[in-house]
Amino acid sequence: MSTAIAEVPVESRMHYLNASYGIKSWLFTTDHKRIALLYLGSITLMFFIGGAAAVMMRLHLIEPAGALVQPETYNKLFTMHGVIMVFFFLVPSIPATLGNFLVPMMIGARDLAFPRLNLLSWYVYITGGAITLYALISGGVDTGWTFYAPLSTHYVTTHVIATSLGVFINGFSSILTGLNFIVTIHKMRAPGMTWKRMPLFLWSMYATSVIFVLATPVIAIAMVLIGAERLLHVGIFDPAIGGDPVLFQHLFWFYSHPVVYIMILPGMGVVSELVTCFAKKKPFGYIFIAYSSLAIAMISFFVWGHHMFVSSQSVYAGFIFSALSFAVAIPSAIKVFNWTATLYKGSISYQAPMLYALGFIGLFTMGGLTGLFLASLATDVHLHDTYFVIAHFHYIMVGGAVMAYLGGIHFWWPKITGRLYHDGWARLAALVIFVGFNLTFFPQYMLGYLGMPRRYAVYPAEFQVLNVLSSAGASILGMGYLIPFVYLLWSIRYGPVAGSNPWGAKGLEWETPSPPPTDNFEETPRITEEPYGYAEPEHAHV
Amino acid sequence: MSESAAGSSLAGTSGRSVSPALHHQFEDIEQQREAGNFGMWVFLATEMLFFSGVFTGYIIYRSLYYSGFAAGSHVLEVDLGAAMTAVLLASSFTMAMAVHAARQGNRAMLLGFLSSTIILGIAFLGMKFTGLNFHPAVDALRGAPEHTVELFMCFYFFMTGLHALHMIIGIGLLGVMAILAWRGKISAEHYNRVEVSGLYWHFVDIIWIYLFPLLYLIGGRYK
Repeated sequence: MSTAIAEVPVESRMHYLNASYGIKSWLFTTDHKRIALLYLGSITLMFFIGGAAAVMMRLHLIEPAGALVQPETYNKLFTMHGVIMVFFFLVPSIPATLGNFLVPMMIGARDLAFPRLNLLSWYVYITGGAITLYALISGGVDTGWTFYAPLSTHYVTTHVIATSLGVFINGFSSILTGLNFIVTIHKMRAPGMTWKRMPLFLWSMYATSVIFVLATPVIAIAMVLIGAERLLHVGIFDPAIGGDPVLFQHLFWFYSHPVVYIMILPGMGVVSELVTCFAKKKPFGYIFIAYSSLAIAMISFFVWGHHMFVSSQSVYAGFIFSALSFAVAIPSAIKVFNWTATLYKGSISYQAPMLYALGFIGLFTMGGLTGLFLASLATDVHLHDTYFVIAHFHYIMVGGAVMAYLGGIHFWWPKITGRLYHDGWARLAALVIFVGFNLTFFPQYMLGYLGMPRRYAVYPAEFQVLNVLSSAGASILGMGYLIPFVYLLWSIRYGPVAGSNPWGAKGLEWETPSPPPTDNFEETPRITEEPYGYAEPEHAHV
Repeated sequence: MSESAAGSSLAGTSGRSVSPALHHQFEDIEQQREAGNFGMWVFLATEMLFFSGVFTGYIIYRSLYYSGFAAGSHVLEVDLGAAMTAVLLASSFTMAMAVHAARQGNRAMLLGFLSSTIILGIAFLGMKFTGLNFHPAVDALRGAPEHTVELFMCFYFFMTGLHALHMIIGIGLLGVMAILAWRGKISAEHYNRVEVSGLYWHFVDIIWIYLFPLLYLIGGRYK
């Protein structure tokens, strides 16, 4: 294996990929770039497992009476899809791969502050993932990814404890990653790298890390309480013996709403980089984009109650949560307007990463605006727990987060591997994904508006047309995800060698060779300029 | 493997003498120290939010079922709890002294204070264990006449259990520090690990400072 790689004539130069060989050099590495690749491999596996569950659900829903599985199995499928995609793909996706790779490089550091902790976080992730997969394979869970009590504590007979243990353990990998990023960004910036010279991606990573550190422990304790209640039959959440099930919902959503921003903030950071690079223009309103990341992180902690408008939460609390949920739309909208204004009069080129970025902006806007329907008290009563909610958060998480993730992977792939992929295939894949995505999820808005509830294995016959459309879209989307998998792997071996900066982008990571040397830079860089020093376009006075 | 190479190239570029304690990703020992301390503070923020879930639950149920919680609290042995608090506060003092000794580079003093902190920590856990073993609280939990008393006991065991788990981790951490100190791996220049362990130890003590009144001293016991 080692000779096969050594034969590839990249250059005779040493870099992080050829610095050492063998399985041990990967499993015991403390290099942030290698750990990023370990994460990349494991979350891709999780993505395809979670995706397989989604494929089975969409196949099942082709017929009103259910085409494929028993209703009990269907419950397990959507739980599996949710648990894997949320906790084991979306949460670590951009931070653990691109974040791990780029945070030290973008600030001009040799590594993260705590490299061994970084490796530990991957092992924690693998442990949590293995336990969860064991639970899902050995019989599954059917509570939904939300584990609502008392359903999860008293009524279901499936593997709740093992799954919640997996989620609990996995939480610590998020915490370790967030802690590492915060300390690294605070303490390890190269000389001259002031806060306001940091790339926008780092601002979003910082905001994400704050949520990692402050929200994740709460889901951890909630999972412990669920396990304790189930195991010891004490009444923390069970109303029959004095407990309060709504308390669980509060604890759960105190994490699980901010976690939505863990998924989308890194995507926003990626898109900020892509838009400026492919418009060859300074970002419009750098400081607004930067601070809006922090604002989103902060407000995100105070909106969790909008998941509970129809629980027994007081109506006054509902008012406040509704108003705060509207407030969080403001910094999100600031970002969208700033990206659009950055594009204005830019020299735009439509390479594959940019297609993903543009897809992100449109789909995120749509997902964000439909979120306002759900943040409004009156409309939420109608739309709560319907396919409208499903469509809304898939527009944010798949149309937003996954699009940005793929855009980022395509953008930094030449840096990570030193190879270029085939641009034509990449553009085709971006297009297929965009079309497939919309065909899958737009009909679900309509289904939800018409009243089809989520999580049901059967539905009335009049919903069949929209469901078949959605399933057809899902098959296109699935194909779309397979194409990059093939040509990206192909490029590692056969792709043309990428220079250090194939896109003509600005930023420290582009000033070092591709793939970067183990220590990232020959010597510690000194930063003397503002970020994004693209030439000003002529007549840019608006 | 690459760490030594990185360290030497760093020494070459910056022309600074590099301490063997310096990890390759840092420029100098001061940056490393600051990163370590800051990292522990961030971790403690996480810990605080971790405990906040149970504290929130406790406060909600205590306001809902005050009489049950008071009845539950009254079966706890307050004298034992007070003694445990005193032991823990003493351990915080010896911990602070251990950090001081490490900063001075005084190995004998450091070893002395580290081991006394460990002994006090073990004493705390021992007292807690005797308390649990012959405790009326156990009976109260088993045959609780009322669910609300049971709920109090539930929180009592959960909160103090979580705290005890942190104590055990802390004792292990200090054990490692003691071994490092014994081997002479902790110097006045590189005492950061002791300082960071001290932060953790004090945090666990502070949690108990809140647990003791919340669990033992409610319900107008001394009216």
